[in-house]
Amino acid sequence: MKQKLVVIGAGMASGRVLEHLIETQPDAFDITLFNAEDRGNYNRIMLSPVLSGEKTYEDIVTHDDDWYAERGVTCRFGEHVTRIDRENKLVEGRNGAVSYDKLLIATGSAPFIIPVPGKDLPGVISYRDLDDTNAMIDAAAKGGNAVVIGGGLLGLEAAAGLAERGMNVTVVHLMGHLMERQLDEAAGYLLRKDLEKRGITVRTQASTKAILGEGRAEAVLLEDGGTLPADLVVMAVGIRPETRLATDAGLTVARGIEVDAQMRTSDPDIVAVGECIEYDGQLFGLVAPLYDQAKIVAKTLLDEPDAFVVKDTATKLKVTGCDLFSAGDFAAGEGREDIVFRDPARGIYKRLVIEGDRLVGAVMYGDTADGNWFFGLIKDGTDIEEMRDTLIFGPAYQGGAAADPLSAVAALPPEAEICGCNGICKGTIVQAIEGGATDLGAVRATTKASASCGTCTGLVEQLLQVTLGDDFQMPTAQPVCGCTDLSHEDVRRLIKTKELKSQAAVWQELGWNTPNGCHVCRPAINFYLLADWPLEYRDDPQSRFVNERKHANIQKDGTFSVVPRMWGGITTADELRAIADAADKYSAKTVKVTGGQRIDLLGIRGEDLPYIWADLNRAGLVSGHAYSKGLRTVKTCVGSDHCRFGTQDSTGLGIKLEKALWGSWTPHKVKLAVSGCPRNCAEATCKDVGIVCVDSGYQVGVGGAAGMDLKETQRLVDVPTEEEAIAVTIAFVQLYRENAKYLDRPYKWLAKVGLDWVRERVMDPAERQRLIDAFELSQSIFRKDPWAEHARDKAQDYAPLADLTLEAAE
Amino acid sequence: MSWIDIADVNDIPERGARVVKTPLGCIALFRTGPAEVFAASNSCPHKGGPLADGIVHGQKVTCPLHNWVFDLNTGEAQGEDARIATYPVRIEAGRVLLDGAAIGKRDAA
Ligand code: SRM
Ligand SMILES: Cc1cc2nc3c(=O)[nH]c(=O)nc-3n(C[C@H](O)[C@H](O)[C@H](O)COP(=O)(O)OP(=O)(O)OC[C@H]3O[C@@H](n4cnc5c(N)ncnc54)[C@H](O)[C@@H]3O)c2cc1C
Ligand code: SF4
Ligand code: FES
Repeated sequence: MKQKLVVIGAGMASGRVLEHLIETQPDAFDITLFNAEDRGNYNRIMLSPVLSGEKTYEDIVTHDDDWYAERGVTCRFGEHVTRIDRENKLVEGRNGAVSYDKLLIATGSAPFIIPVPGKDLPGVISYRDLDDTNAMIDAAAKGGNAVVIGGGLLGLEAAAGLAERGMNVTVVHLMGHLMERQLDEAAGYLLRKDLEKRGITVRTQASTKAILGEGRAEAVLLEDGGTLPADLVVMAVGIRPETRLATDAGLTVARGIEVDAQMRTSDPDIVAVGECIEYDGQLFGLVAPLYDQAKIVAKTLLDEPDAFVVKDTATKLKVTGCDLFSAGDFAAGEGREDIVFRDPARGIYKRLVIEGDRLVGAVMYGDTADGNWFFGLIKDGTDIEEMRDTLIFGPAYQGGAAADPLSAVAALPPEAEICGCNGICKGTIVQAIEGGATDLGAVRATTKASASCGTCTGLVEQLLQVTLGDDFQMPTAQPVCGCTDLSHEDVRRLIKTKELKSQAAVWQELGWNTPNGCHVCRPAINFYLLADWPLEYRDDPQSRFVNERKHANIQKDGTFSVVPRMWGGITTADELRAIADAADKYSAKTVKVTGGQRIDLLGIRGEDLPYIWADLNRAGLVSGHAYSKGLRTVKTCVGSDHCRFGTQDSTGLGIKLEKALWGSWTPHKVKLAVSGCPRNCAEATCKDVGIVCVDSGYQVGVGGAAGMDLKETQRLVDVPTEEEAIAVTIAFVQLYRENAKYLDRPYKWLAKVGLDWVRERVMDPAERQRLIDAFELSQSIFRKDPWAEHARDKAQDYAPLADLTLEAAE
Repeated sequence: MSWIDIADVNDIPERGARVVKTPLGCIALFRTGPAEVFAASNSCPHKGGPLADGIVHGQKVTCPLHNWVFDLNTGEAQGEDARIATYPVRIEAGRVLLDGAAIGKRDAA
């Protein structure tokens, strides 16, 4: 007879137990799995990348419905277990009871909620599961202010994710510095600086007194009397083991459910695992020890002897750009010695704490490449006397080897731990590679290394390289999307060399794994094709984001905004009258002067677009392409026409440039400006191409931006004449069109190819002419007003296909 | 079922969509292939994005506002606990037909 195993909680710990159990003895148990969440096991620690938008929920599911079905696990998801009846060996869920021979409690922990007034208001959430994450994503979509209470790992990952999604975030932390349990003050300071650089405000030594608001959270009141406006409050001050079921069932519970080294609770038929347990006075909050426990639980259930041993854990923060590492005990103390290394210019701090001839703690910020090596020394209690002087420089400096990452990895001993989450050491991974796991995916599948939080991916790849030598290709670039393994660069190259001239040709010849791409690749491929084959390829509106398909910016309520072009920022009374009339006639909700020196009519109904365009056309106004990955605006100042400092006709040059470039499609948007003198009133030094006029001619700068990144232009060249300034600008834009990755602004592209490479081409007379000719050829198709065309030929496409409201009412 | 003639299938661009106004609100007709059309609610359950304005790929559509992706067979959102209503639709002799009962009577009932 199969024994009945009931599992409460489908989290990361019990997920691992099931894997071990089913791998070793698939037929030992009939398994029923309860989960309060309405889903099975997913990689909870990857919720932060989901929050920040780097991953989706799909990416982090570890066990999907098929996984459970194939293994015959009875799933009762979305069902809270309400009681354990030990006497009758029953577990009661909301939808009925089930009996067990063995019971596994894996209920994880619950977020700690500080008992302040207002804690239950809508808009106050904790950070524990997918629902919380989605709630934050939804809240962030509305923008506004977020206050994160708690500056530990979870709080900071939440703060970074919300900031990434555009919220104005303040972190309120009780202690003197961030992550005080893992970092010392110096590292905490660097972390704070990096977070502040992303626009996050950090308030340390700040205690929350209440959450204010009528009907929902509106502000956080601090003990010092200050208030912080808050549309969203995230409480991430800590967790406590979820022990309610165990307590009610009369099991021995201290802070967590007490277990022995075999993970047995005070009832021999009940085992427990994960964050809900307490072992030897300790609680657990990271996955590495839970995975060790999971192995033991599986063995205990199968009557095999083994014992759980507590090991040190290391901490990393999964916030891109905040590189920190901490392990062991780094408190200063008698008989302890510190070795500190700082590089202020690069924001690097490393501190090792040594006791006698052993390393006992390590804290690092800014450069954590050697973290795992130090962690190994701490765990193994290695005698470091010999290398004390060079220890801080890491493994590369030991034994005189060169300081390159590959030799550092090669130098690691087989026992060195690579994947902290799963406790996988170098030897195991090398063995797997030698056994045929020759790429990252295969190593993940066979060893689980790099399959949890992913921070060791680089190390695993280096191991592949070291072990396989030339047989392993280090991945260089990200694929375009899930439809292909090829990078943007590969696709661009292949479109040119294989002369692929349609999307279908790209999908077929380059082996797309979807029938016709997705919303990520289709716009990119459409652009590449029309940039490379302007005459042969026909633009595909269905591969364009709605803004470019409908030549207007979609608004959050589904209406559109209409921005007519104002060449170089110059307009006339007649144009303004036409705009005013259109605003009245089509009930524009808002009329706004944009940051691009023109006027935006917001809140126009989609069906009205062709008609408002026709009206504007009659006054000579054309599309401003405020919606396109193409030429946006050319800002100018009044220049020598009016200004007492103006050196050249900056307005005139701006208009000429705009007339030459308008309508062209580019990898990302392109903005220009021309200032009449170095006072730079047109802000030319933060544009994709910015020209500053001087007495001797024109200074052409490129690669500026003032959006998500603030970039000053780099000087491409100084030229004496207006003609040459125009020629250089066009050649630059065409070179960018031919080579850049879709959605790379010029500054990003320049960072990859280098300004010198660009200058060489643009300044070579023959190549410059070729670029200008190629641009002109393309413009022979695209230099025209799409509004006029759509108003004339396509107005019906903007109207509903049919209106059935009348018929149905009869 | 009572099929209502809506339009010529070629009035909907391939890998594109058009909207039909109904008593239940706007329904979008998605043309996923030369002779394949799906009908579903035009309103994204996330924040009401107009799905007919999204990019249509495979038998899916991506919402234009925040990129939720819906399977047009089931109406389910990928990776989200949400779905859009789908409606019976067919193509006959190049005409697109919607089931009047499904889109009209519901409202009256
Ligand atoms: C209307 C306008 C704001 C305003 O009221 O002034 C505006 C509105 C939008 N901007 Fe902008 N940007 C506007 C000037 C700017 C400027 C200022 C400038 O051009 O001098 C910048 C910073 C300069 C720069 O680009 O380097 C700017 C940087 C961005 C960015 C960040 C780009 C980047 O590379 O980091 C985005 C996002 C993107 O393009 O991916 C963006 C995206 C957007 C979008 C299209 C967001 C979207 O996809 O819906 C906004 C449309 C709003 C709407 O509902 O219609 N907008 N945007 C401005 C239109 C200018 C125009 O006449 O065409
Ligand atoms: C955002 C975030 C980031 C993290 N980052 C890291 C990291 O980088 N590194 C790291 O090592 N750790 C990290 N952690 C911690 C890690 O996720 C946890 O240690 C781990 O998930 C705990 O596993 P568990 O199985 O004990 O509990 P859980 O994974 O929480 O699973 C418990 C499950 O039990 C269910 N449950 C509870 N009570 C009942 C009941 N009565 N009936 C039915 N079901 C019930 C819950 O709904 C839950 O699904 C992070 C955690 C979060 C939230
Ligand atoms: S207009 Fe620009 S800055 Fe303003 S909210 Fe929209 S994208 Fe952000
Ligand atoms: S409204 Fe559709 S994804 Fe947000």
